[in-house]
Amino acid sequence: MKPLLEVRDLVTDIGPARVVDGVSFHVAAGETYALLGESGCGKSMTALSLMRLLPDGGRVSSGAVELGGENVLGLPERDMRRVRGGQMAMIFQEPMLALNPVIKVGEQIGEALALHQNLGGQAAREAARGLLDAVGVPDAVRRLDTYPFELSGGLRQRVMIAMALAGQPRLLIADEPTTALDVTIQAQVLDVLRRLKTERQMGMLLITHDLGVVAENADRVGVMYAGELVEEGGRDTFFASPQHPYSRMLFDALPRPGDGGRLTTIPGQVPPLDGSLVGCRFARRCPFAIARCRDESPDWQTINDQRVRCHLAGTLPARIEREVTAQTTARAAKALLQVEGLKVHFPIRRGLIQRTVGHVRAVDDVALSIQAGRTLALVGESGCGKTTVGKALLRLVEPTAGSIVLGGETITAKNASTLRRQAQMVFQDPFSSLNPRMRVADILLEGMDALGVGAAGERRDAVAQLLNRVGLPDDAGGRYPHAFSGGQRQRIAIARALAVSPRLVICDEPTSALDVSVQAQILNLLKDLQDSLGLAYLFITHNLSVVDYLAHDVAVMYLGRIVEHGAAVAVLRAPRHPYTLALVSAVPRIEAQTGPGIIRLAGDQPSPLNPPDGCHFNPRCPYASEVCRQTYPGQTDLGNGHWVRCHWVAGQV
Amino acid sequence: MTIHPVILWTDALIFALLAAVLVLVWLIRRQEHLRAPWRVVAQRPMAMGAALVLGVFVSIGLLDSLHYRAQLPDSPADAPQYSVEVLSVFDALVDGLRARQEKTYSAPLAMQLYAKEFVQRDGVTVRDSSRLQHGGAHLAQADARLPDITRRALAGAAQGALASLLVFAGLAVWQARRMQTSPGAWLAAWRGGRLDWPARTVVLMVATMLMLGGVMMQLAAGYHVFGTDKVGQDVLYISLKSIRTGLVIGTLTTLVTLPLAIGFGIAAGYFRGWVDDVIQYVYTVLNSIPGVLLIAAAVLIVQVYIESNPDIFDTAAARADIRLLALCLIMGVTSWTGLARLLRGESLKLRTLDYVEAARAFGVSNARIISRHIFPNVFHLVLIAIVLDFSGLVLAEAVLSYIGVGVDPAMYSWGNMINGARLELAREPVVWWQLGAAFAFMFTLVLAANLFADGVRDAFDPRLGGRR
Ligand SMILES: Nc1ncnc2c1ncn2[C@@H]1O[C@H](COP(=O)(O)OP(=O)(O)O)[C@@H](O)[C@H]1O
Ligand code: SF4
Ligand code: SF4
Ligand SMILES: [Mg+2]
Repeated sequence: MKPLLEVRDLVTDIGPARVVDGVSFHVAAGETYALLGESGCGKSMTALSLMRLLPDGGRVSSGAVELGGENVLGLPERDMRRVRGGQMAMIFQEPMLALNPVIKVGEQIGEALALHQNLGGQAAREAARGLLDAVGVPDAVRRLDTYPFELSGGLRQRVMIAMALAGQPRLLIADEPTTALDVTIQAQVLDVLRRLKTERQMGMLLITHDLGVVAENADRVGVMYAGELVEEGGRDTFFASPQHPYSRMLFDALPRPGDGGRLTTIPGQVPPLDGSLVGCRFARRCPFAIARCRDESPDWQTINDQRVRCHLAGTLPARIEREVTAQTTARAAKALLQVEGLKVHFPIRRGLIQRTVGHVRAVDDVALSIQAGRTLALVGESGCGKTTVGKALLRLVEPTAGSIVLGGETITAKNASTLRRQAQMVFQDPFSSLNPRMRVADILLEGMDALGVGAAGERRDAVAQLLNRVGLPDDAGGRYPHAFSGGQRQRIAIARALAVSPRLVICDEPTSALDVSVQAQILNLLKDLQDSLGLAYLFITHNLSVVDYLAHDVAVMYLGRIVEHGAAVAVLRAPRHPYTLALVSAVPRIEAQTGPGIIRLAGDQPSPLNPPDGCHFNPRCPYASEVCRQTYPGQTDLGNGHWVRCHWVAGQV
Repeated sequence: MTIHPVILWTDALIFALLAAVLVLVWLIRRQEHLRAPWRVVAQRPMAMGAALVLGVFVSIGLLDSLHYRAQLPDSPADAPQYSVEVLSVFDALVDGLRARQEKTYSAPLAMQLYAKEFVQRDGVTVRDSSRLQHGGAHLAQADARLPDITRRALAGAAQGALASLLVFAGLAVWQARRMQTSPGAWLAAWRGGRLDWPARTVVLMVATMLMLGGVMMQLAAGYHVFGTDKVGQDVLYISLKSIRTGLVIGTLTTLVTLPLAIGFGIAAGYFRGWVDDVIQYVYTVLNSIPGVLLIAAAVLIVQVYIESNPDIFDTAAARADIRLLALCLIMGVTSWTGLARLLRGESLKLRTLDYVEAARAFGVSNARIISRHIFPNVFHLVLIAIVLDFSGLVLAEAVLSYIGVGVDPAMYSWGNMINGARLELAREPVVWWQLGAAFAFMFTLVLAANLFADGVRDAFDPRLGGRR
C-alpha cells in the first residue's frame, strides 16, 4: 500500500543556510511518525517545507513531497491553499500566535469550515460545536462566543486542533504541540490527539524533543540532527536499542527516577548549518568518532527494521543501563530557611479610582523549611504560585503575611540586605534574565558592587573565578549575552547568583527553556556546586523527572497552598495526595507505566481569584466527597516528615 | 580687514549638539552592540544615499552658523567699528549670490525684470521690461541667452564629472591600499557590488551631486538660477540660507524634547503608582490643548519681551535668533508626549523582565537600574523617534511661519518663503519660483531625512531585525 505522505530527499535553504538536507521518510494513514531532535536541528523547517509556509528567504531547493500520490511541491499556490488545511493541517507550539486575538473562537472555526466544507450560518455553528466537542472542550456552546485570550493554554491548543480538523485533513502536523503546557494538560491534549488520529485514520507527524512524549504516542520515530535524518525505526525497537550515538546520548541525558549520579551530557552544540559540512555532522560531539567520521559522511545502514546513518552502526557496544544509586536521606539538624504562614495576596483594582475589588490569593499560608546543603523542590502546575513564593522569599514582591527566618535571623524590610547576600535567584528564561546591553563581566559585577562584596580591586579576579566555576571560557567576561547559547546563558545567570556567595539559591524552572542535553549539563552543574559550596536550593519546577534527580525533599503546591510534603523518594514513589498522584502519572515516561495509581485529571486549575470552597482540588478530584466541598482538609502526618492535606487520605490512615 | 565674531544662542547650541554627536559617535564605536545596527544602516544603499544628501545640508547649515560682523571700511584701525549686519562664513563663500541684488522680481535664468515698466529708450518712452543689473548682464543680445545657458550647463556638468572622477580615483587608491589589493581588483569588486558597503550607490550619488553642484555654480555666476524675489534678492540664496533655520528647528527642538520625554516616560513606566498618575495627567492635559495655541501665545510673549528690551539684543540677527530659539523651546515642550508615552509603555514591559528582577534581588538602587537596565534598552526607540521627528519638525516650521507664529518675518526660512508666495500667486502673471524653490529644497531635505530614518528604523527595530 502506498503511504499517505512520502518525502524524498527534501532539501530546504534559508538564505545561505541549508536547514533541511536530504530528508526522506513516509507516514501511513493512521500512523504517528515522530521527529525527534534538539532545537535548531531542522524539525520545524521540515514541517514548514511540507506546508510550503517557509519564512522569508526560504525555499525548497530539491526533493519531492507526495501526499496521497499528489506532488505537493509542484502545485500552484492557488491549489496549495486547498491542500493546506484540506489535506494537511498544522498545529503549533504557541496557539496564541496562530489564533486571531480579536475574532471569536466560533467565527474562526467557522471561517475554516466555510473555506474547506462550504458550510455557513447555523450549519457552520453546529459543525464548529461538534468539533469543539470532539477535541474535548467542555461547555462547547458557550466557548464558541469567547475570544482566544479568555481561554487557558490547554483550551487554546484544543481550539487550534479543532480548527485544524475543520478541513478534515488526512495528515496532521503537530509541531511541539504540548511543550508550552503543564504535564496534566499535556496528557489531556495528547489523549485527544491520539483518539482523533485513530477515529479519523489520519496520519500524524509529531515534532517534539521529549522522549517521553514520543514513547507514548509514536508508531515510528525519526531522529534529526543538523538538518539530516540520522536514525529511523519503529518505536519499540528504537526504544529498546537506539543505534545512533546521538540517539543514545539523548537517552542518557534524561534524568531518571532515583538516579543520584551524574547525567551524561552532549558536549558542544549543533553546528551552524551555513558552512560546508564535511564528514559526519555529529563527529565533533561524538565520543565514538573515528578518523573516517571527519572526512566521509556516513550512508544509511539497515539493522533489522532500523535505519541509521553512522559508520559504526551495529558495532557500537551495547548500552549500559546507568547505575541507580539511592538518595542519601541523612538530615542536617538545623534549618537554613524557615518560612511560616507566608501569604501573598495581590489586590485587584478596577474602575476610575482604582478601588480594590478583590484579592488574588497567589500564595496562601505556605510553610517551608530547607536545611543547608539540601534541595527542596516546589512542584505544581503553572499559575499555582510557585514563582511568587520564590519572589516573596527575596522580597521581590512584598509578602502580605508570614515570617521568614534565614540562618537564624528573621527577615524584615530593614535587614533585607542581609537576606540579599544569603539568598539569590536563578530565573527561568535565560534570554530575558540577562541584560542584552551589558557585558557578562558587568552582569556578574552588578551584585558585588551593589552589596559591597569583597574589596573593589579584587572583584575582577572574582569574576574570572566565577566564570571558571560555572564552566565558561575565560574570555566570556568581555562578551555580550547574545554571543552565548541558551545553556551558556543559564550558566552566566547561575554565576551571577553565586557572585555574592549566597547560601540559598532559588532556582525558578532553570532548565525548562533548555534542550534535554543542555538541561543535563545545567543539572550536573547545580549538583556539583551544591557539593562543593554546600548550597541549599529551592528548586521550583513542573518537571517531575528533574525533581527526581536533584531534590531531597518535595513540596507539592496547588492553588497557593502546599498539599503534600515529604522526602523526594516518598512523595514521588508513593504519592498519597490525589493531585500528586495525577501529576506523577501524567508525566510521559519511556518505561511503560502500569498500576492502579493512574489518574487523568479533567479540566484546568481554577483561578486563585476565586478558589473553590473546601478543598481547592475538589472540582477535579476523583475521590472528592461532601466534606471536601465544605472544609479545607487539615494536615495528616504520614511519618518521616511526610504529610498531606486531604480528607480521603486522612480517612485511610 | 578684521572681523568681530558673533555667537548667537542657536550657534552655541548647534555646536554643542555637534560636539555631543561626536562624543556619541566615539562611544558607539567602542560598543559592539551599538555599532552593529549602524553597520546595518551603512549597508543600505538608500540610507547611505540619503545620508550623503543630509550631509550636504548639514555642512551648509554648519557653515551658516559661524557668524561674524565685518569691520566697516572707513573705520579707524585702532578703534574699529563693525557693521550692524551679521554675516556668516557661508555668506562669505557665496558673496556673489548675496550681493547681486536686482530691483524686483525676475524669473529664473532671466535677463530682464519680470514686470514691464516704462523706460526711456533712445529718448522715447516705451513700455518694456528692463535688463537686469546682474542676471545675464554679460550678454549683449537677448538671443545669446539660450546658447550661453546651455554652454554653462555643459561646462558645469563637465567640471562636476571631472571632480567626481578625481574623487573616485582617490577613493579607489585609498580603499585598495586599505584592503591591500590593486586598484584594479578593487574596481572589479566595486563593479560587481562585492564590497561590504554600498559603494556603487555612494559613488553614483556623489557624482550626481557634484555634477548638479557644477551646473549650479556655472549658472549662478551669470544668472539668478531660481529668479529673484520682490526686493530683488536671489531666491537661490534665500533657499540656501533657509537650510540653517530648518535644521535648527529640527534638531534643537529634539534637544528640548528628549530630556522631557525620556525622564517622564521612563519614570512613569518604571515607578508606576502616583508618579505614573501625575505624569499621565500632565501629558493628557498638554495633549488636549491645541499645540498651535500654546505656540502662538509663547511666540507673542517673546516678541513683546524683545520689543520692550531693545538694549539686550544689539542686532536684528540676535532678535530673530532669540525668537527662533523660543520657537524651538515651545515646540519641544508641546511635542514630548508621543515619545514619552512610547517609553512609558516600553519601561512598563522592561521593569517586569527577569534581569531587572535580578538586579532588584541584589538591592541595586532605582537610579542605577534605570541607567543600566532600562535606558540602554529603550535607546533604540529614542533614536528612531529623533530621526522620524526631524522631518515633521521641519514641515511644522513651514506651517507655523505660514500662519505667522513661526520664525521672525525677517529671517530666511522656507516657511516665510511660502508665506510670501501667498501674495505672489495672486499676481498676474503668477510669480511661482519662490514657492517652487522652497518646495524643492524642503522636499529634498524631508525625503532624505525620511529615507535615512527608514534605514535606521529597520536596523534598530528588534521586531524587524531579529533578536539582538
Ligand atoms: N526565519 C529563519 N531564518 C533563518 N534561519 C532560520 C529561520 N528559522 C529557523 N532557522 C534556522 O533553521 C534551522 C532549523 O530550525 P528549526 O526547524 O526551527 O529547528 P527545530 O524545529 O528542530 O527546533 C536552525 O538552524 C535555525 O536557526
Ligand atoms: S559516523 Fe562517526 S561521528 Fe558520526 S555518529 Fe557515527 S561514530 Fe559518531
Ligand atoms: S480533600 Fe477531597 S477533594 Fe481534596 S484532594 Fe482529598 S479527596 Fe480530593
Ligand atoms: Mg521547532
